[in-house]
Amino acid sequence: MKKNLVSINDFTKDEILHVLEMAKKFEENPDRSILNGKLIAVLFYEPSTRTRLSFESAIQRLGGRIVGFSEATNTSIRKGESLGDTIRTINQYTDMIIMRNPYDGSARYASEISTVPFINAGDGSNQHPTQCLLDLYSILQTQNTLDNLNITFVGDLKYGRTVHSLVKAMTDFNTTFHLVSPLELKLPSAVKYYIKKNKLPYYQYEKIEDAIPLSDIIYMTRIQQERFVDPVEYEKVKNSYILHANMLTNVKPNLKVLHPLPRVNEIDPSVDSTPYAYYFQQAKNGLYVRQALICYMLGIEV
Amino acid sequence: MKDKYNKKELKVSALENGTVIDHIPQGVVLQVLRALHLENFDDAFYLGSNLDSKKMGKKGIIKVSNKYFEKEDINKIALIAPTATIIEIKEYEIIKKTKVELPKEVIGLVKCINPNCITNNEQITTKFEVLNDFDDIKFRCYYCEKTMKKENLEFL
Repeated sequence: MKKNLVSINDFTKDEILHVLEMAKKFEENPDRSILNGKLIAVLFYEPSTRTRLSFESAIQRLGGRIVGFSEATNTSIRKGESLGDTIRTINQYTDMIIMRNPYDGSARYASEISTVPFINAGDGSNQHPTQCLLDLYSILQTQNTLDNLNITFVGDLKYGRTVHSLVKAMTDFNTTFHLVSPLELKLPSAVKYYIKKNKLPYYQYEKIEDAIPLSDIIYMTRIQQERFVDPVEYEKVKNSYILHANMLTNVKPNLKVLHPLPRVNEIDPSVDSTPYAYYFQQAKNGLYVRQALICYMLGIEV
Repeated sequence: MKDKYNKKELKVSALENGTVIDHIPQGVVLQVLRALHLENFDDAFYLGSNLDSKKMGKKGIIKVSNKYFEKEDINKIALIAPTATIIEIKEYEIIKKTKVELPKEVIGLVKCINPNCITNNEQITTKFEVLNDFDDIKFRCYYCEKTMKKENLEFL
């Protein structure tokens, strides 16, 4: 059966672990000619430099070729072509479709139509499963395990889709969750539901300092002003969730700080030179994970 | 039992032919009416609200003359009024009495509440999973994965 990855929940725990193991091999050697003769459609209906270049690098380093677009303005979509028709056409030319689209649910819809394997590279505010895979890989590589970890999520836990996917995915690994956010941006109950369902411990904080000494991983996210109804509330909290190097004195030796990037000011540059900073390596891991994922979905083992 | 039931019906008006939608939860009678597009119906229909009910405390009831509902309409009733009973009547006799059943999936009946959902931006049949968490009924869009409450249902 044709494989799709629309949401991280489409994969079983075993499938996730398998892809992460494959990613390790690509980290050892990312240049392999195993996608020779494969043509992959990379369709970006809205710009996203980081994700698109990461996918394209992953394909090209494996010898695959690419067709597609990086924004929708110069395509037949502007002439009013439906997403369904675009996918129906392109899947006749290519071996796989990778798509980013601003509409929520566009990925599920496209995956149903596509006759070739489909990867969601972000559908609106809904899902971005390859980010989740690279987050999992980064945790695995820095801690040598995914099991029994203390993970602290900081910032916008209400709207951050990367947080929601990662929380859900980590409930399979006996995680203890530390949730640090302003009251307005607490983790939604629909996501907490998965923690509770798995009977895992979680603690909520308003101050980041309280959670730092307990953490194996600190996952930082950006708090956006437009999320606040009251600008005064934003002004009050905006500096409370910024990580500085001097806050990382009483920490576990294995602590690593992750961030989906791009950061604005939530991680002070002073953190970059500490042994705890991992966010740039994390972005690099996106390459290996995407190489592994593409090969897995095409049925190519390494 | 049967006599008592008929007496209550007579409080509104007996139907010769048609359908009685009984045991509608208090407060959603008008929502049921709108979902069935009865505002455009050109035969007689009756509404009752705040009626005493042994089972439910207060309930609502709708009686529609010369009309028998299709499966799709009955599914709509089930979504808004999961306790409802559908009673079909011919020549003052009850010919069929069924309790509505909450479906597991709702296909093509309702609109997704999320304006950024692909189903609101392209011609796609909507699809929702019905989540029944301790009688707190919610609908999760199969596409955008957003969940909406019963009160927010908008029928297509």
